[in-house]
Amino acid sequence: MDGLFFQSFVYLCAGVTAVPLAKRFGLGSVLGYLVAGVVIGPLIGIVGAETQKLQEFAEFGVVMMLFLVGLELEPRQLWAMRDRLLGLGGLQFVATALAVCGLAFAAGTGAPAALAIGLMAAGSCTAIVLQTLSEKGLLESDGGKASFAVLLLQDIAVIPTLALLPLLAGPGAHAASGETAEHVTSLVHGLPGWAAGAVTLAAIALVVIGGHFLTRPLFRFIASAQLREMFTATALLLVIGIALLMTLVGLSPALGAFLAGVVLADSEYRHELESDIEPFKSLLLGLFFITVGAGIDFSLLIEHAPLVLGLTAALIFVKAAVLYSIGGAFRLRGADRWLFTLGLAQASEFAFVLLAFAAQNAILPDAVAKLLLLVAALSMLATPLLFILFDRVILPRTTKEQARAADAIDARGVAIIAGIGRFGQIVNRMLRSNGYETVALDLGAATVDAAARFGVKAFFGDAARPDLLEAAGLMEARLLVVAIDDRERALTIVRYAKRVRPDIHIVARAYDRLHVYDLYSAGCDDIIRETFDGAVRAGRSALEALGVHPYEAEKIVKTFVKGDRRSLRKLAEAHDPNLAPQENAAYIALAKQAREEEEEMMSVSRQPGKGATDRAWRPYARGNAESAP
Amino acid sequence: MKTLVLFAHPAHRHSRTNRAMLDAARRIGGVTIVDLYADYPRFEIDVEREQRRLQQHEAIVFQFPLYWYSTPSLLKEWQDLVLEHGFAYGEAGDALAGKPWLCAITTGAPEHAYGPDSRDYPPVRQLLLPLEATANLCRMSFLAPYILFGALEAEETRRREHVNGYIRLLEALRDDRLDLAASRASDYLAASRLDRMIG
Repeated sequence: MDGLFFQSFVYLCAGVTAVPLAKRFGLGSVLGYLVAGVVIGPLIGIVGAETQKLQEFAEFGVVMMLFLVGLELEPRQLWAMRDRLLGLGGLQFVATALAVCGLAFAAGTGAPAALAIGLMAAGSCTAIVLQTLSEKGLLESDGGKASFAVLLLQDIAVIPTLALLPLLAGPGAHAASGETAEHVTSLVHGLPGWAAGAVTLAAIALVVIGGHFLTRPLFRFIASAQLREMFTATALLLVIGIALLMTLVGLSPALGAFLAGVVLADSEYRHELESDIEPFKSLLLGLFFITVGAGIDFSLLIEHAPLVLGLTAALIFVKAAVLYSIGGAFRLRGADRWLFTLGLAQASEFAFVLLAFAAQNAILPDAVAKLLLLVAALSMLATPLLFILFDRVILPRTTKEQARAADAIDARGVAIIAGIGRFGQIVNRMLRSNGYETVALDLGAATVDAAARFGVKAFFGDAARPDLLEAAGLMEARLLVVAIDDRERALTIVRYAKRVRPDIHIVARAYDRLHVYDLYSAGCDDIIRETFDGAVRAGRSALEALGVHPYEAEKIVKTFVKGDRRSLRKLAEAHDPNLAPQENAAYIALAKQAREEEEEMMSVSRQPGKGATDRAWRPYARGNAESAP
Repeated sequence: MKTLVLFAHPAHRHSRTNRAMLDAARRIGGVTIVDLYADYPRFEIDVEREQRRLQQHEAIVFQFPLYWYSTPSLLKEWQDLVLEHGFAYGEAGDALAGKPWLCAITTGAPEHAYGPDSRDYPPVRQLLLPLEATANLCRMSFLAPYILFGALEAEETRRREHVNGYIRLLEALRDDRLDLAASRASDYLAASRLDRMIG
């Protein structure tokens, strides 16, 4: 049974089973795919020989991912990160390559082979790192940005590496390299150096200029056909075409796709391209991870377990050490530095390509290449575990460290503002501009620094800590405003503050209804649902846009808000903290009833002269009930 | 004369007469219609904009239903804020001097409820004294109000007649054909009395 359907079924089945499970346990999709691969490959052996072929196909997922990353970037942003790209990325690549090369040499490997191993170890797995970072929402963090810069440079470095490797080949390898050359169609093969350079440059120019001037009319033409699948096909054609072109001139297809993405970043079709490519990218990347898992040679692993595991650990350790020191030199601090260190400490997917290449060119003996292939795969398999280490160990510790370094609070005010993000800063501005002294606290160092840059003084610290609240003047303040994102922490603050200062007035921002109930029982005085007022105003704008008279819309808003407040109070009483609302029958019944009452009330107020505010406009109306003066 | 109609009705969705008057007035060229409750549903009046509008027009019309012997609340707010010292009255406050001020009113109660015959209610002109006094202070020319009494129970023909009269009145004001002296002297204006005033 190795038909196409059977293979697809096995792969999809493994992915569909493993990934939701992994997610459920908070492990991320990458680990899920990897484990799925291990299960169907080495463990139960359903798949095997075809993984090599599939891997080449799945690597296309990386190409698409870089195309998408390019789409998100604009040339300006790319230019802004040039220091990190060259400095951080370049230094990382050279330092790792030299360190690993030196160690390999010291262990008795020949110089050319040691250099080859060093070059292979210098890269990191773009697919795993970018996918994991974007799943965790860490791409925008400082550590995430630094990681991205390094990954991008590593992709660029693949080109000189591929050029360098044949030079390391020992005598007698030429027959082998000549053999491989036949398989690869190349535009530059056999050309003199200057001509090859010119062809390569022309290919890049074609991507940039074509991307800029030709794609727009092309997409407009395709879009005018109004066939969704034609647009998808065109998007795929574009990416595949670029990848093909880059391969033909010996450049990294991922890099070419990235370049095309950057060129198209300001195109009006950007979002459509994104949504068209995204599913293909995700599936192919998933397939890639599965093949990595499936490609693990268990018999070899068991045979040389101590050596392979030792080498894997050594690789991760050396890479991490280099990353950690360079991260420090480039001002990465705390959690960001650790994210950078642990995230990039695995071998690159290009290591597979390079190892095969090195074996063919007799730079490395076949047995060593196979062993190193295993090391590369295991280091990738270890990456999700390192991310878990980061989540469970590093993050809590660094936040604790940050808390220890809370600012000394040397200000006094009538009001304490806990949380000075998008919500708290508005309250703070209103109070301060009206002459009230406030003491603002925030747990986000970046938020505090940003506020300081705009001349707003805030203290860095966790308002949920009693000592900090008291340092901020809890015992003297008249008002406490709780405007933090963390629901539980907000409750902690309210409970504590009400316990030691029952007379303090607390205004709190609630995430949603349930949070309102909790805050009510915690003794909060005023509770503002963070999105309610905004949503009501949006509703009013919507009514006006539908042609409702602005003053009528205003009256509808007032009626609606009044009704909502009434039902909120009723529902708060029915709410049982030990029961989820969807399991609380009394709550559900009341919510339904409230919804009916709301509709009834709104429809009554639509009738002439029936709404609370409308009644007044019709002092009396004998005869004609439909009229007002 | 470029004419400005300031319309104030807090529930004009339910209104028949005022809405018909407004719809008709909207179709007249050279007359600017402002729906105050639409412009300021939350009572935040833009004073500069209102003053600019007043300066750009030569005749001002207030169209509103009479509520509790007075204007709807937004129109009172409008007067409080817009007719500023230094703009509408006081030293150098002559922005409105000489401009005719016409009130177009509907009432719920029938005419006899307000008349001199009624013991309980003063005549409508007396109820409008605050407006007239304001107009005088602003050195405006306060015309007799154009009134539809008993608008709640007015039958279709009477209302249509009133709306048509409103059109004639606004057009006459715009074209300078309204006998301002006669309009001022009159007790109140009604559709049936317009022939004498329009030249």
